Formats: sequence, C-alpha cells, structure tokens
Amino acid sequence: MRSSRVIALSAGLAAALTLAACTANPEAAESTSTAGDGSLTVYAGRSESLIGPLLEQFTEDTGIEVDVRYATSPELNALLLEEGERTPAEVFLSQDAGALGSIANAGLVSPIPAELAGLIPAGFTSDDDSWIGVTGRARVIAYDGEHLTTETVPDTVDALTAPEWSGRVAFAPGNASFQSFITALRVLEGEEAAAEWVDGIAANAPILTENNLATLDLVNSGQADVGLINHYYWFERAAEVGEQNMRAQLEFLPGDPGGIVNVSGAAIMKGAAGDPDALAFIEYLVSEDAQRYFVEETFEYPLLPGIDAPDGLPALDSLVNPELDLADLESLEQTQQLLADAGLL
Amino acid sequence: MSPTRAARPPRALLAAAVVACALAAIPLVYLLVRVGTAGLDDVFAVFGRPRVPVLIGNTVLLAASVTLTTVAIGVPSAFLLARARLRGRAAWAVLAALPLAVPSYLAAYGWLAALPWMQGFWAAWFVLSLVTVPYVTLPVAAALRAGTTGLDDVARTLGRGPLAAFRLGTWPQIRPAVLAGALLVCLYTLSDFGGVALFRYQVLTTAIQQAYGASFNRDYAAILASLLVLLAVAVVIAEQFARGRAARQFGGVTGPARQRRVRLGKWSAPAVAVLAVPPALAVVVPVTVLVVRLFEAQTLRAFDPTELIAATGNTVLLSAGGAVVAVALALPIGILAARYRGRLVRAIETTGYLALGLPGIVVGLSLVFFSLAAVPALYQTAFVLAFAYGVLFMPKAIGGIRGATAQVPTSLEDVSRTLGNGRLRTWWLVTARLARPGIAAAALLVAVTAMKELPATLLLRPTGTDTLATELWSRTDVSAYGAAAPYAVTLLLVAAVPAFLLSRARAGAGELDEATA
Repeated sequence: MRSSRVIALSAGLAAALTLAACTANPEAAESTSTAGDGSLTVYAGRSESLIGPLLEQFTEDTGIEVDVRYATSPELNALLLEEGERTPAEVFLSQDAGALGSIANAGLVSPIPAELAGLIPAGFTSDDDSWIGVTGRARVIAYDGEHLTTETVPDTVDALTAPEWSGRVAFAPGNASFQSFITALRVLEGEEAAAEWVDGIAANAPILTENNLATLDLVNSGQADVGLINHYYWFERAAEVGEQNMRAQLEFLPGDPGGIVNVSGAAIMKGAAGDPDALAFIEYLVSEDAQRYFVEETFEYPLLPGIDAPDGLPALDSLVNPELDLADLESLEQTQQLLADAGLL
Repeated sequence: MSPTRAARPPRALLAAAVVACALAAIPLVYLLVRVGTAGLDDVFAVFGRPRVPVLIGNTVLLAASVTLTTVAIGVPSAFLLARARLRGRAAWAVLAALPLAVPSYLAAYGWLAALPWMQGFWAAWFVLSLVTVPYVTLPVAAALRAGTTGLDDVARTLGRGPLAAFRLGTWPQIRPAVLAGALLVCLYTLSDFGGVALFRYQVLTTAIQQAYGASFNRDYAAILASLLVLLAVAVVIAEQFARGRAARQFGGVTGPARQRRVRLGKWSAPAVAVLAVPPALAVVVPVTVLVVRLFEAQTLRAFDPTELIAATGNTVLLSAGGAVVAVALALPIGILAARYRGRLVRAIETTGYLALGLPGIVVGLSLVFFSLAAVPALYQTAFVLAFAYGVLFMPKAIGGIRGATAQVPTSLEDVSRTLGNGRLRTWWLVTARLARPGIAAAALLVAVTAMKELPATLLLRPTGTDTLATELWSRTDVSAYGAAAPYAVTLLLVAAVPAFLLSRARAGAGELDEATA
C-alpha cells in the first residue's frame, strides 16, 4: 500500500537520524592553541549576581573576555555529562565538590598544574589535582531565634533524632552539601551509626525541602524550628533584609560531623588542557584578590592560607574534618542508597 | 462541526505529520536510550525504592484533582463569558485569560510569601488550579460562541428543565473543547516542577530534578521520567477515547446557529465571583507580594535597564520563534486529526502530545543530546532553543489547530477541488483562511507559555543570552527579591499581551443579536 511505504520511509528517516545520534563517536572539542585566544567559556554553577562582578574584575585585570553560562551546579553537571567531550566549556565553576568529582570521574577534566593545586591545603581540594577548591562553606544549624536560644539548640546533630525534635527539623535530602554531611557521618562514626541516624531522622517527621534556601525560609518564617543549611545563605538573606530582621540564627558545630566544611571549586575541561586563559582564570580564583572578594561579598570561607575568615565566623580549623575526600563518588552513591532506603530520596 | 472523511489521508500530509511526530518524539527516544543503558536490574531497583509508589500516587492525585477543579471552574466561567448577559464582557474575558501570563513558580512563590504555612497537597492543588483555569475557559468559551442554543430550545419544548437542556443540547457541542482543555491541564500538572516544589509536595518531577541534581546518575532520572511518560500516554489515550465517542454522538449542527443570552438576575453576584476571584487570586497576589518585597529590600542591587530591555527582547523573539516552530510542527498533525480517523492518526496524535507531560529539564537534555549529535553547529544557538520551545509546546497548538480545521466545512474544500485547485492550494486558499483565528490562537498560546519557560532555557540558551525568566530565576535564587521584582513584573506584562489577544480571539460563526432570540 502506497501510504504505508511513505510512512515507512519517513519513519526510517527519523529512526536513522536518531540511531546516528546514538552511535555517533563524540568528536573532541576544538582545543585552543597553546597561545590563549583571549576569550574563555565558563560554566558557572553559582549565581550571576554573586560572582558576576568577580568575573568582570578578572576581565579588567587580564583582558581575557569571559563568556559565562549560569545555571545550577547539578544542571551544569548533567549538561556537561550530556555534552561529553564536545562541550564548549573550558572551565567549570561548581558550587559543590560532588559535581566536580562526577565530571572528573567521567574523564572530562584535565589536571590542575601542581603549583596551583598546591596553594590550597589538602582536605579542601581534590586528591588527584583533578579540580581545585576555591571557597569553603560550613554546615550549620539555623534555628528559630524566637523560640530557641544558642543554649537550647543542640551542638551536635545526633540530638536531632530525639523525639522532642519530631516535626521540627527541616533539611533538603537532595542537596549535595547535605549528602556530603551524611558521607562524613559514615566516615567518621561508622556505617552502622550513620544508618541509625538516617533512619532516626527519617522517622522523626522531618520537613523535607528542595534546597538550602527553602530550608532557611522555613526557619525564618517560623514554619520550622531547626534547619540544616550552609552558613552563607543566612548572610545572603541578611544582606537583603537586614540582620536585625532575621528571625533565624546560626549555630556552628565545631568538631561535629554536622559541621563539616564543603568546598566550591573549579576544574579545567579536557578540551582546554594547557589553555593559558583557563590557567589564568584558575590562578585568579585562588589569588588574594578573589579570595577576599568571596569573604566580603559571599561570606564564604577563603581557602587560601593567610586570608581572614569573614567576621563573626568561627575559624576554619575548628570546623575541619580532614579525613574526608569530598568528591569520592562511590561513597556518594552509597550515601544516596542509604537515604533512598530510608525513604528520603 | 463537519463530519470527518472516511478516505485515506494524502501521502504528503501523512509524511509531514510523521516527520513532525518524529521530531516531537526526540525526548522520548532520548529517554529510551538512557533507560536502555540503565539495564533491567536498575529499572526494577527503582521500583523497590519506598518512595516511588508515594511519588506516583501523589502525581496522579494532583493531576486528577487539578483537572477536575479547572473544569469545574472553567466551564461555568466560559458559559458566563459566552452566553450570559454581562456588562463589560471584554474586560471579563481579558481577566479570565490573564492567569496564562503568570508562571507557576511565580504564583507559588507569591502565595508562599503571603501565607508561609502553605504547603503540601492543598497548596500545590490551589496554585496550579488557579493558573491553569484559562486552558479550559478559553477553548470552551470559543466553542460556546461558535455553537447554537437551538438544540437547548428543542429540549425545553419537550419539557426538560434548563440544566437537562444544557446537558442534552449544549454539552455535546462543547465536550471536545472541555476534553482538550482538560488534557492540557492534566499534562501541565504532570510536568510542572516550580509550582509544586516550593510547597514541598513530593511528585515525580521533584524527584526527577533531585535525581539530576545530586545523584549524578542520569539513568535513575530517566527511569522516573519514563514513568511520567507512561502516565501521560494513559491520559492522552483516555482523552482520545472520550473525544472519539463525543464526535460519534454529535453529528453536526442542524439549522442556522442561534444563541440566546441568559439573564443573570439574582445569579449576578455569584457569577461575578466565579469570573473575578480565580484570576484575581492568580495574578494579584504574586504581584502584590513582589512589590511589597521590593520596598522591603534593604539592598537593591544595581538595576541595569539595558539588561532588562535585552532580556525582554530575547524573550519576545525566542517565544515568537517557538510559536512558529510549534505551529509548523502541529499543522500537519492537527489537520490529520481533524479530517481523518484511524489508528495511525490516533498514534501520531498521541505521540505528539507526550512531550508536554515531561519536565523541561528532560526535554532540554534530550535536545542537547540530539543537537550535538545531529546539528552540532547549531548547538547553543537561538535556533535550537526556539526548536525546543516548539517541541515542548507543540501539543498546545495541536488541539487549537485541530478544532479550527474541524470547523471548516469539507464541502467548501470539495468545491475548491472541483474548481481545479490542488490539495495544498485548497488548504491555503480555503481552510487556512477560515481556520486562521484558531491557528493564531494556537500560536499565541504557545508564545505565552514559552515566555515563562525556565529549565530547558537554562540548558539550551546561547551562553550569555538571558530571558526574563532566567533573569528572574538568577535573582530569586539568592534571595535578591528586590532586584527580581522588576523582572517579574515585566514578565507578567509581556506575557499578558498574548493572553489579552487570546481573550479577544473569536471562533467566528453566527452570533445572533439577543434581540432576535
């Protein structure tokens, strides 16, 4: 029948196209020559309003134009994995180490030169120089300042599985920083203790949110008494509405797995290996100027030794848990399985 | 409504429809590939997760309840707009269409800021219903305007009451429009992320986003998305089944169209409430909250008007491009579905609708995959983004084009053919001209939705290009609500333009003056 022949032809064309797409060998991205071409493509998993001025300063100082693609780190991670070696990105600036580890694991990065990588202390950067840490963010407890005080708020997360906290604790189980914290719990207290905590908190009627900001909003509006977030979200919000108007207050957790420091970092993509523009950018991120910028504008911890932490924050060394590889993906998958089994993911 | 032909569809039309369908199926092929790489073990492991049945249950519950609510509000609203004696009818029509301009994430954010204790199923149901009512109101109002009350009158003379007369006479005329609108609402609710996530209601889309977010394992996300596609397939097939029966029951309008306007009398106040309250809640509350936050903000980050203008320009151009692509893709499918029947036609139509049930991030990633493989030179250009909008929102155009084409009598086309015009020329001279209002309405609907789109835009836009939606997102992401307010207001104003035009769209055909009724 003639119409069916036409249908078969068109369907065959469509199928052929998609098959070609599936089996096509990825071509290597055009690599820039050893002489920089004066422009850099960056995928930034951070907010434009926060780091935009920093990138403009970089362009002013070095004359290198920067094309920035802004999205969330998870979306950029999915995008980079999808693009593979054909990515136009030359540098990936990520808000969490897990995304960097994921890209490194897929073989899409080129190593950071040793002299740059060595600037950041171990424990805050990759083990194998596949990415470099740029800023630190401490896990904290945000608590409702109208109902609780710093004495009544626990200074260890273990206490939150007690029945008195039922229905009062909020966190984002899908958030990379929360999952790093669970991984830290597993490493520092052992698998059994961590599983007990996860089951305990899941049975304690937790308030599950999408991200740290939503968690902070809940505490700030009195909908939750306690929230597990990263410290700098509080300062971001305080800068917008005024510190005196913040209902939520922060409790740091020195020495407790609940208070670990996650890092944001950057990686050079494989296609930009040896590109002097990319190296200049990485160098700039860990330079004193940029580190001070992060302290003043985003209230994060600087990772370059010798730069002072933001005012009012406990010193970085009091919070550190150095036995942790923040980008260990295998470990991350086990953490996610643990959370999934408890019904949280 | 004209009867459909029994003949086979012409080959060219069928081929065009199949190509359009294949392009629209790119996200589905992508999902198949990803699920394929996952392997059977992983697929079964996913179903073993305690949360998955909860997610599926929540998703179905939300979709069903929102659909029923919008039909319950939309049909009476449409009736009031089209058949009741109403002062300031044009203004009410505009108000009814206005919620189209409000993105679900913006409405949710506004309500959450106003009532911080809003959360869970009721909050998600409430906000999603508010912003999707126009999807039912507009097509049903158009169908009512194009219909006739003659059959109602016949039923009354036979002794039936007014409600029974409505059920017997008018309902069969508007049932396809109600079903089409309900289908769009249902698919939209299945695929929505922003509005639901803010209220912490766990559905498949929030889990998919989380899976892409922290799992770094795209296979799990793809499996969840496939579940969503299965739900969408079920919904689309159900609508086709229901619509099929409607067409069989109701052959065509006999006699000239006549319409009698209904006096409201003591029902005036409730009528005004039905027409005024949902749009007001959908539009006024978020805007007010944003403006209040604007004044509360201590640090208004530097506001750059050129950024706003550039973003506005990009939004308008990209959504116009998306509308063109969507209409181009939907035309063959819509014409095919309007004029011809059969399993193949139904299959093509079903496939065309499925992308609407998927969250934007899945469609975005599928187009990254496809464009890098097939047309790498166009990757991260405006063309791919406009194409993405077209693929995403083509289903919204199919219903409108199908309805508009179905209303053109085939006898006119036959006359044109006997005068020696070929099929294409007939279509251009006769059908397209008469169906133009419906096609334009379809394009406007796609445009207004594309203006609000966020996740696929973030993935596919040319690096450095911003739309109003992405600018709004990048500011609210860091609590810079003061800086976000101008963008939110501009987005609402810009999207209100096609919504306004949609409210004035007329389907044509016999509206008699009430004096002759």
